[in-house]
Amino acid sequence: MFHRESGVFKTTYAADMALYPLPIAKWTMIALAVIFVLIVPMMVHEYYLSILNLIFIAIVGALGLNILVGYTGQISIGHGAFMSVGAYTAANLAVKLGLPFWLTLPAGGLMAALIGVVVGMPSLRIKGLYLAIATLAGQLIIEWTINRVPAISGGAQASIEVDRPSLFGFAFNTQGRLYFFLLFFAVIAIVATLNLVRSRIGRAFVAVRDQDIAAEIIGINIYRYKLLAFAISSFYAGVCGVLYTYYFGIANYEQFQLIVSIDYLAMIIIGGLGSVLGSILGATFVTLLPIVIRIFMENVGGLFFTAAEMANVISGLRLGVFGGLIIFFLIVEPEGLNRLWRNIRSYFRVWPFSY
Amino acid sequence: MGEDLEFFFALMLSGASIGLMYSLIALGFVLVYKATDAINFAQGEFVMLAGMVVVTVLGAEAPLIAGVVVVLLVMVGFGFGLERVVLRPLLGRPVVAVIMATIGVAAVLRGWGPLVLGIETRALPLPIGDEPINIGPATLPPIQVLGAVVAVLFFLVFSWFFKKSRMGVAMRAVADNQQVAQAMGINVERYFALAWAMAGIVSALGGIVWGAMLGVDVQLALVGLKVFPVVILGGLDSIGGALIGGLIIGIVESLAAGYLDPYVGGGTKDFAPYVLMILVLMIRPYGIFGRRQIERV
Repeated sequence: MFHRESGVFKTTYAADMALYPLPIAKWTMIALAVIFVLIVPMMVHEYYLSILNLIFIAIVGALGLNILVGYTGQISIGHGAFMSVGAYTAANLAVKLGLPFWLTLPAGGLMAALIGVVVGMPSLRIKGLYLAIATLAGQLIIEWTINRVPAISGGAQASIEVDRPSLFGFAFNTQGRLYFFLLFFAVIAIVATLNLVRSRIGRAFVAVRDQDIAAEIIGINIYRYKLLAFAISSFYAGVCGVLYTYYFGIANYEQFQLIVSIDYLAMIIIGGLGSVLGSILGATFVTLLPIVIRIFMENVGGLFFTAAEMANVISGLRLGVFGGLIIFFLIVEPEGLNRLWRNIRSYFRVWPFSY
Repeated sequence: MGEDLEFFFALMLSGASIGLMYSLIALGFVLVYKATDAINFAQGEFVMLAGMVVVTVLGAEAPLIAGVVVVLLVMVGFGFGLERVVLRPLLGRPVVAVIMATIGVAAVLRGWGPLVLGIETRALPLPIGDEPINIGPATLPPIQVLGAVVAVLFFLVFSWFFKKSRMGVAMRAVADNQQVAQAMGINVERYFALAWAMAGIVSALGGIVWGAMLGVDVQLALVGLKVFPVVILGGLDSIGGALIGGLIIGIVESLAAGYLDPYVGGGTKDFAPYVLMILVLMIRPYGIFGRRQIERV
């Protein structure tokens, strides 16, 4: 990842698809693993760990959405709702049946996948803007249903409190402990996605995205792969929702409103459509942005605004900056941060001889 | 006339007047789609912006007419500017990119609008009084009647514009086939900008009417979510469709609220239109009057 190649020496497809293009890449991974598993949790303050935790959760969701939008070319404005499906499924199972997280987590994911397939059903007949509108309707209908049906939402405030996850009596009840819990799932999601997109299924997704008619002609069953994309993507979203639930200790529909769907779309556009590294960069960027804005406003904004106005100013600023970034990246750098990173790398590949 | 029937007609009329006000906003969406094939996910935010501009002008002790003039100028300028800055660089890019860009515009307006023009909810008083107007069995607030009248007027004007005026015909040509239109000497890009400016005009009126009804704050943008059922039902590129679609959605909403709310505890109004929309998408995705051009996949 950080190594500098002296040129491109790949002669086989297998070499091109390899996760570790050079032996040094393996060492980079080991170094990263040591940093994230040993050094970061020991050296970093609990508050910053909690931010890292949010980033890990966002990575799971962004990867899922990128599989659908970036790799398969189907748009979804309903991912916030899929997350809420996962969150409420897990919360209900955990509270009413007392199931542990290693059962509620896949259950939440599967339930979200099921709902995702239902919402994605229109993609078999329609595409582009019609699909965007259909998933938007899905988001609004799911939000409404969860909010109105007490059996799902747990009554009054439409929120269910959940105990922190525990394994063999070890409770992940502090940010430091949750760190390992969430890091584990973020890594699983990253590895799974890396392997998915270089597999037969991943290549079929890309074929459907690039030219669906041609994909059908070479024997890809586009109905199946579109629904599969929706299923996998909403599975990720469901797991992401479950992780949010365990992170906050509460499932609340307000965490999964339309604006969340847009946040995640912002992540993958800013990070880079159709790229795993892009999803990670985008998730990190979009999670950090409001925190940076808040810190900035707390230090500088006091000159212009009263404390009472501040909350509104910060949320407005956050939304405004997000929108601006989405537009900026769409117009100027459609391939996002991932592309910038690649540009930097290819610049240094031939440095100092730039020709 | 029986009690039940009277209730039914009252719901119908109230729904129809609200529906016409939906059509007004949907019209802005259809104008843009018809001419430029772009989907405007920021239509509700356009309306919000217009409402905020009007109350800001009125807040400076200016007469209503000044507010109307200013908002029309601002929204036309905004439409031109938006096309120039955001939409034109995206010409020829995939539909998804345009959709995302308008979502981005929506976020920008929702974020900056209240910061610049005021966060708190403000009333937008129109000199039409509060005296409810009786029409048959229904009692409607005057603002609904005004909204319906404005909507119908706009539809007449735009029908004339597209059928008879030189510009309107040129716009239809651009919508039909950009290359041929260009070959006939039509400046396609100018008409794209014009379409966005017209959406701005419609949103300005929508902002005044809806702002007067709901009060002006960020929540006003949520009206835009109702645009989608209307245009899907009516057909994305049909002006008449926006009118009929709006009427149907308004009536369905009103009937659902009147008859179902007592059983499910309210909120059906925000639910029924989307269910109807999903059904339409499944059965007849191009809507009642839309061109049957949708690509089967």
